[in-house]
Amino acid sequence: MSDTQATAVSGLLAPGTKAPDFTLQFAPHQDFSLSELRGKPVVIAFYPADWSPTCGDQIGLYNEVLPEFEKLGAELLGISVDGPWCHKAFAEARHLHFRLLSDSEPKGAVARLYGAYRGADGISERALFVIDRDGVIAWSYLSPIRTNPGADGILEALEKLPR
Amino acid sequence: MSMLKVPVSAADHVQGPEDAAVTLLEYGDYECPFCRMAYPVVKRLQKHFGERLRFVFRNFPLREMHPHAQAAAETAEFAAAHGKFWAMHDLLYENQERLGGDVFLELADDLKLPTLALTQALEGGQFTARVRADFGSGVRSGVNGTPTFFINGLRYDGPNEFAELLAALDEAAEWAQKAATD
Repeated sequence: MSDTQATAVSGLLAPGTKAPDFTLQFAPHQDFSLSELRGKPVVIAFYPADWSPTCGDQIGLYNEVLPEFEKLGAELLGISVDGPWCHKAFAEARHLHFRLLSDSEPKGAVARLYGAYRGADGISERALFVIDRDGVIAWSYLSPIRTNPGADGILEALEKLPR
Repeated sequence: MSMLKVPVSAADHVQGPEDAAVTLLEYGDYECPFCRMAYPVVKRLQKHFGERLRFVFRNFPLREMHPHAQAAAETAEFAAAHGKFWAMHDLLYENQERLGGDVFLELADDLKLPTLALTQALEGGQFTARVRADFGSGVRSGVNGTPTFFINGLRYDGPNEFAELLAALDEAAEWAQKAATD
């Protein structure tokens, strides 16, 4: 991966856009739909892959920050193209306490819907969305693929949401 | 560029003079091997800069990844309440590979701290909120792993090695001096 690719212009769905609904597997044979969370702020973290070092740090960090998200009433979803069994092993190994969804069939379909797919590499971008209680995107952020974007932007966006 | 959201205050653990040219602030986790590696580097930097450097330590325990990190941070806070924060901070890093309940008591005993009171503080969560407050300020300041350093309030993203940190601190001192004479 070259650095020019890493700083690609953001094609992410912009704030003010209705967040497209989707249904994905969050565990083997168990579906989950975004619309189930209507009425709650939602944080979506698209990330390239389970197990890769930077993702590990990012996902591990969000797992630690969960109480802060919960204080703000928000639910966190992680999405990558990894399959549900891979997510299951990853979540167990890292003691993750939030849902990882499998955008694996058709591959990257939800990432594409949100403008967060990296076709050349066959993975999703490292992209963050904060969706308000009405299901409208309030904030989005495309991180350089190898940089852990942290959680400060997410918390700031959640704190700005109308109560 | 990420900036420190909560400025250094009397509530912080500080080494070095308040009017030092440079402030190096670390968000660290006593069970994190990278923090352990950075620990002697910071000591060398403090020796090199002397009174020109102020060092501040804040807690950033990754509790899910490191099962003893939160209790270790609370043990250091307990020591702080007895005026021995830095001695405990150093002992925790020097004993990183064996952190755990018995070791916390042993280290407290080494520092002549009341071990029964430590047990009660850990069980009662006396310092839990204090540690969480550090964690929260770190997350909001863009801390995305440990250790994360801030130099005069700006996040330092370079390698945590002596030479690189030295250069960054030198540069910050130069800037601070320029700003003071302008």
